[in-house]
Amino acid sequence: MTAATASTKATTSAPDPADSSTATTVEFRALSKSFGATVALDGLDLTARPGELLALLGPSGCGKTTALRMLAGFERPDSGQVLVDGQDISGVPAHRRDAGMVFQSYSLFPHLTAADNVAFGLKMRRTGAAERRKRAHELLELVGLPQHADRFPHQLSGGQQQRVALARALALRPKVLLLDEPLSALDAKVRVTLREEIRRLQQELRITTVFVTHDQEEALSTADRVAVMRDGRLEQVAAPAELYDTPATAFVAEFVGTMNRLPGVMADGDVEVLGQRLPVRGAAPAQGPVDVLVRPEALEATADGEGRSRVLTAAFHGSVTRLTLSLPDGATVKADVPSHRAATLPAGATVTVTLPQRPVLVDGPTA
Amino acid sequence: MTLRTKAPAGMLAALPLVLFMLVAFGLPAVAMLTGAFSTSSDAPGGAQWTTANLTDSVQGAYLTGLVSSVKLSALSALLAAVLGLPLAQAVVTSRHRALREGVLAASGVLANFGGVPLAFAFIATLGNAGVLTEHLGLTGAGWSLYTFWGLVIVYLYFLLPLMVLAITPALEGLRKQWREAAQNNGATGFQYWRYVALPVLAPSLLGGYVLLFGSAFAAYATAAALGSGSVPLITVQIADALSGNVLVGQGNIALALSLDMVVVAGLVMAVYVPLQRRSARWLD
Ligand SMILES: Nc1ncnc2c1ncn2[C@@H]1O[C@H](COP(=O)(O)OP(=O)(O)O)[C@@H](O)[C@H]1O
Ligand SMILES: [Mg+2]
Repeated sequence: MTAATASTKATTSAPDPADSSTATTVEFRALSKSFGATVALDGLDLTARPGELLALLGPSGCGKTTALRMLAGFERPDSGQVLVDGQDISGVPAHRRDAGMVFQSYSLFPHLTAADNVAFGLKMRRTGAAERRKRAHELLELVGLPQHADRFPHQLSGGQQQRVALARALALRPKVLLLDEPLSALDAKVRVTLREEIRRLQQELRITTVFVTHDQEEALSTADRVAVMRDGRLEQVAAPAELYDTPATAFVAEFVGTMNRLPGVMADGDVEVLGQRLPVRGAAPAQGPVDVLVRPEALEATADGEGRSRVLTAAFHGSVTRLTLSLPDGATVKADVPSHRAATLPAGATVTVTLPQRPVLVDGPTA
Repeated sequence: MTLRTKAPAGMLAALPLVLFMLVAFGLPAVAMLTGAFSTSSDAPGGAQWTTANLTDSVQGAYLTGLVSSVKLSALSALLAAVLGLPLAQAVVTSRHRALREGVLAASGVLANFGGVPLAFAFIATLGNAGVLTEHLGLTGAGWSLYTFWGLVIVYLYFLLPLMVLAITPALEGLRKQWREAAQNNGATGFQYWRYVALPVLAPSLLGGYVLLFGSAFAAYATAAALGSGSVPLITVQIADALSGNVLVGQGNIALALSLDMVVVAGLVMAVYVPLQRRSARWLD
């Protein structure tokens, strides 16, 4: 029996913690928090919509965990509020918040079996032993581990431990599911399968979920919307494709996916780059040198004996081949071309590089 | 091939340890056993095999001494364990690093602050003419240092720091995530301690208790220096018998009493080991 069929059975016998009509809204409103001189959150405004998986993405130290811990009740904001379905929950102690949390690692109680870990919350609520056992079994089936019910945490792999932790977080049918880099301690392959499973479960249960990660690929592939944070503030929140295609700021553009910086010059509100003149999207200086931000797949490289750019290296990546190009002014950029065209662009070839006629993001020059 | 050449080499490496064990533990053990089961060699006719020492050692005043030693050790170890745990927890969770390190360093010193200096410190403060006794009028309130409870208080002085030292590593091993996961699952602070922290600590607590018991049971100099004749203790009786300027053959009684102590220690281990194994079941 596969995990999927098992889980269908389990969820039909157990009412959903939240179906779409009753799913919960979470709102961070002007949240600020400092630890001594360190500002962890600096006026964070962000809303998780009912039933969505919202990823909090950002570099290490930008305040993701702190925001999540405020929702769980482990930290108090210096100012601002956390609202759940419109209610300010600042006064609710952690053990009475309706939020199931999965920690980064090693959070299972070491002296309890997988089943007892899952049933721990029910025991705290004085649920009867038979009912506890039944519910623990359902949840372990839901996460694909029914046969490991009697194992102790140290007898489980890292991935299995996180599945048990996920089952435990769901045991009390919380309104919100909180995930703090739950996959970061796992190896790459387990990470991918488990994130897909988290996503499947989350959609099945329609539970509002806040998923903290510093891995942009993880965020883009799993979330309904991704909130990019920087220095304790929200930089941009958008659906993955929108975030990737039209990042609002240079920070988002470079944090999500690969980004080239091409030297350009501002002229009358447009930018001149590679001999082309392109409109500018977002903030830009009125004049002077800037960096133009362009994704590798947006750069067009065509073989041209007269071309003034040169292919330095060509690396095969399956359907695309990534070229490293040196531009006429000496800058080095990356360009992705369909692999079937890469044969005409070997290392050493001279090429012409062009940009599509679309608005681009610019940033103050770094060099 | 390699196995055959390696095995003797491994044994050879263990040889110094084996020799040390033989000399340090084996010889005294043999001497104690033979001595406990024989009459004094000074007696007319030389040493003879006998069980009289052993039967004498568990009768009358000696039995009283053995029982009160066990009682004193069990009780003071229990008190030290019960008081030491919250103290150690306070130390571990303290935000003031200097305080933490200070308490731990002081514990290291105090845990070894037994014997004559400790006894005199107590005599000077809480003895019949002690500073505190007179100041606070403790004698009128029924206080005497030279009683069972007086000794318990004195023993706590080195047992409590010993408990702090013994349990601190285990407390430091309690992960923050466990407390938070418990809270996240609806546990109150009390429930966290009842259902997570104490069960996780149980093996270390048991081990700590046995350490304290042994330390109290074997303590001699403190009680001897207090001259607490009113509380007979087996270690003091052994010393009295060994220094036996009085009666012939007392040395062999001392050895029989020592054997009694070994038996008590063995019994404690017989209870401790299965308990320990059960409490640490989740570790294998
Ligand atoms: N308990 C704490 N004490 C002191 N500093 C903290 C504490 N928690 C977080 N910080 C600091 O706050 C900042 C944000 O931390 P965190 O929210 O954990 O970031 P992230 O999860 O995005 O990596 C970091 O600089 C971190 O060092
Ligand atoms: Mg974090």
